[in-house]
Amino acid sequence: MTLVDPELAGRVLERALARGGDMAELYAESRRGFAISLDDGRVERPQGGRERGACVRVVQGDSTYYGHVDGLAEEDLLRVAGSVSEAVRGDATEPAALRAMEPHATHEIRTPPEDVEARRKAELLRACDERARAAGAEVTQARIGYGENRRQIEVYGSDGRAAADDRTRIRLSAQVVARRNGRVETGTDTRGGHAGWELLEERPEEVAEKAAQRALALLDAVDAPTGRLPVVVGNGFGGVLLHEAVGHGLEADAVQKDASVYAGRLGDQLAPEFVTAYDDGSRPNAWGSEGVDDEGTPTRRTTVIEEGRLSSYLYDLLRARKDGVESTGNGRRESFRQLPIPRMTNTFFAPGDATADELIGGVERGLYAVSFGGGQVEPATGDFVFGVSEGYLIENGKVTAPVRGATLVGNGLEALRAIDGIAGDLEIATGYCGKGGQTVPAGVGQPHVRIRELTVGGTA
Amino acid sequence: MTLDDAARRAVEAAVAAGASDADAWAEESTSRRIRVYAGEVESLSDAGSRGIGVRAFVGTRAGYAYGTDLSDDGVAETARAAREAAELADEDEYEGLPEELGTSDVSGLASASFADWPTERVVELALAVDRAARAPEGVTQVENSVYSDGRGSVALANSRGFAASYESTQAWAYSSAFAGEGADLMTGLGVGMGRDAGELDPEAIGTEAAERALALVGARQPESRRCPVVLDSFVAASFVGFIGSMLSADAVQRGRSLFAGREGEEVAGQVLRIADDGTDPDGPASAPFDGEGVPTGRTPLIEDGRLLGFLYDSRTARRAARSTTGNASRGSYRTPPSVGTSNLIVEAGDHDLDGLVAEAGEGLYVTDVAGLHSGVNPVSGTFSVGASGRLIENGRLGAPVREITIASDLVSMLKSVLFTGSEARWVPFGGSVKAPPLLVGEMAVSGS
Repeated sequence: MTLVDPELAGRVLERALARGGDMAELYAESRRGFAISLDDGRVERPQGGRERGACVRVVQGDSTYYGHVDGLAEEDLLRVAGSVSEAVRGDATEPAALRAMEPHATHEIRTPPEDVEARRKAELLRACDERARAAGAEVTQARIGYGENRRQIEVYGSDGRAAADDRTRIRLSAQVVARRNGRVETGTDTRGGHAGWELLEERPEEVAEKAAQRALALLDAVDAPTGRLPVVVGNGFGGVLLHEAVGHGLEADAVQKDASVYAGRLGDQLAPEFVTAYDDGSRPNAWGSEGVDDEGTPTRRTTVIEEGRLSSYLYDLLRARKDGVESTGNGRRESFRQLPIPRMTNTFFAPGDATADELIGGVERGLYAVSFGGGQVEPATGDFVFGVSEGYLIENGKVTAPVRGATLVGNGLEALRAIDGIAGDLEIATGYCGKGGQTVPAGVGQPHVRIRELTVGGTA
Repeated sequence: MTLDDAARRAVEAAVAAGASDADAWAEESTSRRIRVYAGEVESLSDAGSRGIGVRAFVGTRAGYAYGTDLSDDGVAETARAAREAAELADEDEYEGLPEELGTSDVSGLASASFADWPTERVVELALAVDRAARAPEGVTQVENSVYSDGRGSVALANSRGFAASYESTQAWAYSSAFAGEGADLMTGLGVGMGRDAGELDPEAIGTEAAERALALVGARQPESRRCPVVLDSFVAASFVGFIGSMLSADAVQRGRSLFAGREGEEVAGQVLRIADDGTDPDGPASAPFDGEGVPTGRTPLIEDGRLLGFLYDSRTARRAARSTTGNASRGSYRTPPSVGTSNLIVEAGDHDLDGLVAEAGEGLYVTDVAGLHSGVNPVSGTFSVGASGRLIENGRLGAPVREITIASDLVSMLKSVLFTGSEARWVPFGGSVKAPPLLVGEMAVSGS
């Protein structure tokens, strides 16, 4: 399928550069989505959408001029290109001839979600609701959400770039509330990927059950301990810590604005030698994966920390040009209504040799942080505060009582240095990452990781 | 196809596909945004939006679909998708179209002079804001100066015969200036808004940003105290915007509002009067009808210190067995209507700022708060936010202060409002709010 004929794309780029510019780009997108949720036993808010639209941008020096339009009508594309060009003050530049589209790796979608009858999606929600309620009499509320979307994109650049991608994502989430004697606790879980309905064919109700079990466990939670303690961070969603406290600081826009504590540190030993971390947008069927990024650069695995050394930042085309390097395929945008900026795809620590039991077994008294709620990171210093939404005490090498109200206070650089064990059980969870007003799917993950010491702020 | 036609045909198509009722919201808009940094245009954007959202009902089941294709076929497909979605939903006895359809008489939403401002001319205006912000001595940098405007048309039709449309325009600009050096870098914001660029005063906007930043240079952390606090219009508007979201019937019915069950109770100082008014000619959120075809109006929320009521759309109104207040709002054609504030207006009093400061005697003048939205518990109303501003000494503004935390709960704060200022102004962040400065009798201010 072609969204914009390459011949028309060529004319749009020519119009966009009518008054000069270093680079012009046309980004076209066709997106469709469907979502439905269940709240309080009732299936509600079924919603479908189909959009087409395009964005034209012209870059000149450090300035970016862009426009976007709903629909892909020829006159609208040419009009928006003309309007954007008016911001530039110079002589016309000639775009290079567009190359043929290059094939790239794609992610296999076995059963496109749009081919699955909508009724089955509603039934899935009900089955999840039932499973959550069956988990215990104290479960009082369940909220289950299902969403699917497909984005077909095309990118044409005045440097001759031509690329297309077809992305399907699917996600099931559960939020379960349990109540006992006025105490109210919430547990959540999700399953999602750059994948089709096949992802939800095997025991999807487990998502609801897990959320329910978490909520129920928290009913017995004791107040969190405080002080400097060893912390074992759980696999999967525990990777939020890496994403927030390290990953954002590696995005090249933050680095170039000197708003990152990781600026100027390439090659420095920031973590022990057994620590390696990747951003990998090519990981098959992972939530944050794509074929090419939103500038047409094929996604790939970028080693950001190699044996403890900081080895790469994450680039889009503009920031790569500024640093004289290649884009790492991290130029992403929420939709055709926004500009691409450097964003993580799937960011995770590489698996190590230990097991989770060994990591926990080595702790006399500490905290097992499975999942995080809200958090804040000051990118310029790396200081962070995270709320632990699911956490347990570790006593004498064993996970004991659940704790409530724990917070982790620390610094990204310090936390990296203090890693003293990594397990082999890598898992990638489905996160949504917000930056610059744009929300994109981002895989967060890691195996179990132990940090020698972090400040735990508690309720006690 | 015109927007009116698209909306009407979508409704017809939904009904033909088996919907018992339907409404359709069609919209077309353009907007521009110019960001100036260091005296140069750093970015410029020109955005167009065009699409339709269809809400279909099958009895009391509701479904929604939206699309960008406004051709006959495209509109019919969106309508069919909404009808199919409705099939999936469970029955909800409160769902349905509103009974109270109509339009109110609101004029002046669109400026005839809007078209006199081509891009080149508004670029000049944005540059002028930036120059004015950088001009005063002591301003170290201007983070950015932004001009933005938009014009849009919407048409709404439903299967009960409602069909209406309107056009509106909007222009605003702001600048964010820095004064001081290093760890003492302080920021100040200047804003202005109107129906077209001609209603903005670039000089005033830039100067305000500079003056607000300069006033904070040399700020120190004060000692902790309990004292009277004057909130300036920006800060008052931020609090009022948050309070407005708590007055939506949806938040109340879901148990997520501290005002739930307190209708008729005293929740604020006697002088405080807050209303939601979707018909104010200057209000950025004004319109003749809401997101589901109900005439907009003025809904008093707090008067003489008493909580008079909440804001409703038709669904929450049905659930509460009362009438909608015309507060169904739509973010865009991509989202179904839900309860929202239109313009929140705090009635001005008769003390000018000097008068409020004089009444405060010894206290604090707060010009900036941080972390309001994450710092307030919506159910208990307790909050703790970072703040900066100036001391009030002997009834006058004194030395600048920073790194202050003000902690209280919203109702206690509202109840101790002693005076409202005479200089109310529109503040465009956190919704659309018009607020004067407020004097709060006593608050806990923690510093060193």
